[in-house]
Amino acid sequence: MNQLISVGVDGVIYSAWLFTAALGLTLVYGVMKIVNVTHGSFYALGAYAAASLTGAWLAAGYPPMLSYLVLLAAALLVSVVVAPVIERGILRFMYAKDEVVILLITYALFLVLEDVIKLVWGVNPYYIAQPYALLGSFTVGGLAHPTYNLILVVLALVSGLGLTWLLRGTRVGKLLRAVIHDPEVSRAMGINVNRYYLVTFTFGSMLAALAGAFTAPTVSVVPGLGVEIIVLSFAVVVIGGLGSLPGAALGAVIVGMVRSASVHYWPEVELFVIYFVMAMVLAFRPRGLFSLAEPRKI
Amino acid sequence: MRRMIVALVAAALAPAAAAQNVKIGVVTFLSGPAASPFGVPAKNAAEFVAEALNQGAAPKPYEKRGFGGANLELVFVDEAGSTTTQVTEFRNLVQRANVDLVIGYVSSGNCLAIAPVAEELKKLVNFFDCGTPRIFEDGKYNYVFRTSPTATMDSVGAALYVRDAKPGVKSIAGINQNYAWGQDSWGDFEAAMKVLVPNVEVKTSQMPKLFAGQYNAEISALLSAKPDVIHSSFWNGDLEALILQAGPRGLMKQSLTILTTGETAMHKLGNQIPDGTVLGARGPFGPYAPNNQYNKWFHGGFVGKYKEQPNYASYQMAQAFLGVKAAWEKAQDANGGKRPSAEQVGAALKGSTFEGPGGTVRMAIGGGHQAIMETAYGTTKLDKGKLTVVNVKRYPAEQVNPPEGIKSADWIKNGFKK
Repeated sequence: MNQLISVGVDGVIYSAWLFTAALGLTLVYGVMKIVNVTHGSFYALGAYAAASLTGAWLAAGYPPMLSYLVLLAAALLVSVVVAPVIERGILRFMYAKDEVVILLITYALFLVLEDVIKLVWGVNPYYIAQPYALLGSFTVGGLAHPTYNLILVVLALVSGLGLTWLLRGTRVGKLLRAVIHDPEVSRAMGINVNRYYLVTFTFGSMLAALAGAFTAPTVSVVPGLGVEIIVLSFAVVVIGGLGSLPGAALGAVIVGMVRSASVHYWPEVELFVIYFVMAMVLAFRPRGLFSLAEPRKI
Repeated sequence: MRRMIVALVAAALAPAAAAQNVKIGVVTFLSGPAASPFGVPAKNAAEFVAEALNQGAAPKPYEKRGFGGANLELVFVDEAGSTTTQVTEFRNLVQRANVDLVIGYVSSGNCLAIAPVAEELKKLVNFFDCGTPRIFEDGKYNYVFRTSPTATMDSVGAALYVRDAKPGVKSIAGINQNYAWGQDSWGDFEAAMKVLVPNVEVKTSQMPKLFAGQYNAEISALLSAKPDVIHSSFWNGDLEALILQAGPRGLMKQSLTILTTGETAMHKLGNQIPDGTVLGARGPFGPYAPNNQYNKWFHGGFVGKYKEQPNYASYQMAQAFLGVKAAWEKAQDANGGKRPSAEQVGAALKGSTFEGPGGTVRMAIGGGHQAIMETAYGTTKLDKGKLTVVNVKRYPAEQVNPPEGIKSADWIKNGFKK
């Protein structure tokens, strides 16, 4: 029984982390139809910015409890500075091009940003372990779990529900949904589509940076951090259906739970099982579990 | 006019002078995840040792300038990228950069791919770090050498340390990266433990993806299994993430945890590593290095130059240079003081014994092409805010390395030298 509880707890924590990381990817695709590989770069930038700022904060002797706000500020700062430069400076000239071309452009930008990170932060690892251990731990099913993991769950819930409210419950959200539905008609109706693209790209990047910033205390921040997350995030949003928020949530839960169960009961297949689930979903629903209905355009 | 003539003569002489240098290709990770723990510390060691040798500042018998009086000139190549890229880069080093020899390679996959190409091009190669024993167990080479011991030594040494540090061990578990290094390390450790403790129970073997980063579920599985001993050959960010995530959950307190490459993390993570964790350094390097004149010279000079501790990759690179230097000068003496050929250097290096900052290195197996050394493990203890290792146990080279002509796996399976 305890093991079953452990599977559940580990699955929830991993799903929450995955969902926060994948949310921005599905948002950017949903609005802009861009498979944004620089998502991984923003994850890494968020982690590096968090490691630097939080490290400086703690070194200066400021209250460690406020370091969680510094993590948040680091993610906001780095995405608000870098994302508009990329969107306004490069991507906006590419919107007319084919989706595959834009995918390749974002991949090229991802490689450039990897080297920019090395230029700025070097190749040595950064650590900010203090926020991870600061809150102590809680016990479920006989096993201790750091309380910090609950922050990841709260972050996922706030990000997911907040974005849903933004899209469903606000005027901006309604206009954004119009842009998602048909950018050309939206433009004809007087909506500043370019501005929505800028805001969406920045917001999506911010979510990636947020995931990176809150992951930083649990890992050593090293070059190449953004590579792994882009593959996993892509698996999650493809399972759920590209561009779908509930899809990303369900995809994250499926991947998280399946991985957790395999680690506990059948560790030999852990690597294989995530991609097996993805293959099975795509075999029966090629556009993902929550693929959006598309209006036919004559 | 006179100035111009002097300049022209100088320019004409320059290539001749440069030709006197010994040009060495140094291949290690300068980017990617392996750069920080292995590549950059090794590159720094190569630069430090080459500079010291060129100044004639190394202790005896390495006091002669460069290699046999010829200055060393290093050409660095990044090991990051595919194996195919590395083979191409190796050919470039040999055929375009005209290096005299190559010292390098961290990745076992790259070592396996480079060895036959070095043989084809008849170029001397000394592998400084890669661990797979397959290179000289499955192949026979004239131009390929490795002056560091294989990964077999790490796993057998780990098993012996577990037996000594935790008598009565009943169960083991592992968490290793899911690729050749992790699987081989766990396979050898498990086999060695089954020889030492025939009834030992394997509780679980976790094999997460390389660079997975998140190990909460694996740590829960290990905590639930409650093994007496946990073995891990994790390296780089994975090793550090495991320490950061497992420490607060008490994993290292519950089970004796042995981290075979843990030394690379001790200089960076320091007080994050719980007391009682067993650290390996892939040989007698770093905190396990002997207090000999070579270690004093290397450690002191490295810390003075880079303001950080050399890790085991640094030590392995340093001894790779010293081994080739000793062989080069022996071959040069035998050649009447003239510059030796690759074949002559190879013949001198084959089966040789030399001293380095890690102690005695004997090219005793693999037909004289593969080094063996003693190894050591110890347990962490935080002392006045500084991480130290205590209960250090050393195992002689013959006890942790197979004898000549016997494959590592067979040697372990047949009971090795307990």
